[in-house]
Amino acid sequence: MAFKHKHLLGIQNLTSSEITTVLDTAESFFEVSTREVKKVPTLRGKTIINLFFEPSTRTRSSFELAAKRLSADIINFNLNASSAAKGESFKDTILNLEAMNPDAIIIRHSCSGATHYAATFSQSNIINAGDGFHEHPTQALLDAFTIREKKKSFKGLKVVIVGDILHSRVARSNIFLLRKMGARVILVGPPPLLPEELTQFGVEIDFNLDRAVEGADVIMMLRIQLERQAKNFFPSIREYRNLYSLTAQRFQRAKKNAIIMHPGPINRGVEISADMADCAKSVILKQVENGVAVRMAVLYLLLGGKEREGTD
Amino acid sequence: MEEKIKARIMDSRKIKKALHRMTTEIIERNRNLKNLVIVGIRTRGIYIGKRISKLIKEFEKIDIPVGVLDITLYRDDFSESEAQHMVKKTEISFPVAKKDILLIDDVLFTGRTIRAAMDSLIDLGRPKTIQLLVLIDRGHRELPIRADYAGKFLPTSKREIVQVRLKEIDNSDEVLITEPPGIK
Repeated sequence: MAFKHKHLLGIQNLTSSEITTVLDTAESFFEVSTREVKKVPTLRGKTIINLFFEPSTRTRSSFELAAKRLSADIINFNLNASSAAKGESFKDTILNLEAMNPDAIIIRHSCSGATHYAATFSQSNIINAGDGFHEHPTQALLDAFTIREKKKSFKGLKVVIVGDILHSRVARSNIFLLRKMGARVILVGPPPLLPEELTQFGVEIDFNLDRAVEGADVIMMLRIQLERQAKNFFPSIREYRNLYSLTAQRFQRAKKNAIIMHPGPINRGVEISADMADCAKSVILKQVENGVAVRMAVLYLLLGGKEREGTD
Repeated sequence: MEEKIKARIMDSRKIKKALHRMTTEIIERNRNLKNLVIVGIRTRGIYIGKRISKLIKEFEKIDIPVGVLDITLYRDDFSESEAQHMVKKTEISFPVAKKDILLIDDVLFTGRTIRAAMDSLIDLGRPKTIQLLVLIDRGHRELPIRADYAGKFLPTSKREIVQVRLKEIDNSDEVLITEPPGIK
């Protein structure tokens, strides 16, 4: 029932009951965002740093809102505006920020494992907001919150994750989480973007989207990460669209009450057609809304109560 | 080791009588009952609230809505307490602004829960008045707070624990004084 971690570095080292604790806690925080006064005094006096070495709008502002609704003070550091651009090392940046006595540091970095490294020397609670191709735990938790809201339970659900799996930390965190919660996960994408070693985590692999979508409960589309050279992994955007875009025609093969998810930002007309992104089965904006409640829960569970000995 | 039961202060009959008496007082004090709403503090305050609402309905044929307040987010002992408190939902489906709120808890002790509850309520809107009802007032206040309606005043020592048990969740209606194990 309790959540005993000092840091949130990934989903891989959480148990299914810890995941359930986060989701249950988030339910309670969801209500705060619907009030007229969207603020509770819970984390008053705590200082949180948003340290982003990679661009982000959604995740950064979602964490910022979550912290503010809990009455914590939060400041944002972005790569371009900070001295990392002047050649300061990652470790020095964190040690300098830490000298100002924050309680938690939320880190996004393009290197896989950056937050794990930070946790080895940092005194603060470290929260992973995405590290390289590795994990993005709060995204997976908010996805799970959204799935649970619509489907009640994870057991036996058929979840299809489509797109650039190779470069996707969202996919990895979701794979860990969904498998721990008992869902069936099928990964779909062009072979160069679909690393076979992921099958060790108990997922299935399919290169044919039409076949994979058959009878699915949840379809999670991933963004084609053009900034990560993903375009070198398949011949053309047009071919990708023909084979792997979610269209109304393909969606018909899924279960009647299937939902469409996307971590955003979406490339309309590439991985998902515009009408699918906006249709009634799409929960894309719901995911964004739920993100604030889930991040409030994470901040509360890590920062509320006395300092715990970290085992991470 | 089991905690030691030192005394049984109230049984189901006495609890019922106390609730009856307090309901009469509430009706007497609130001339405009239609403006009254009940807010029960998790967990046992909710059930006491529902019983009071039912009694008012019996006596005056007026429906009084009952809301649920979880005060975890407003606690003042976050950094001191070792245990992590699970947050549960606040479920108040009616507006509190301009209402006479009857705030209900099972035991009034230090007054800190009530302080948190009042802060929480005021963040939801500006009530006209807040009145406090408790089943047991056990003394040892740390804040200037008192109950408008109390089922029983019960002088206790600080190390004792007052346990209110209610049928709805504890299978029986009774109030016990217990002492934690390991104290002679």
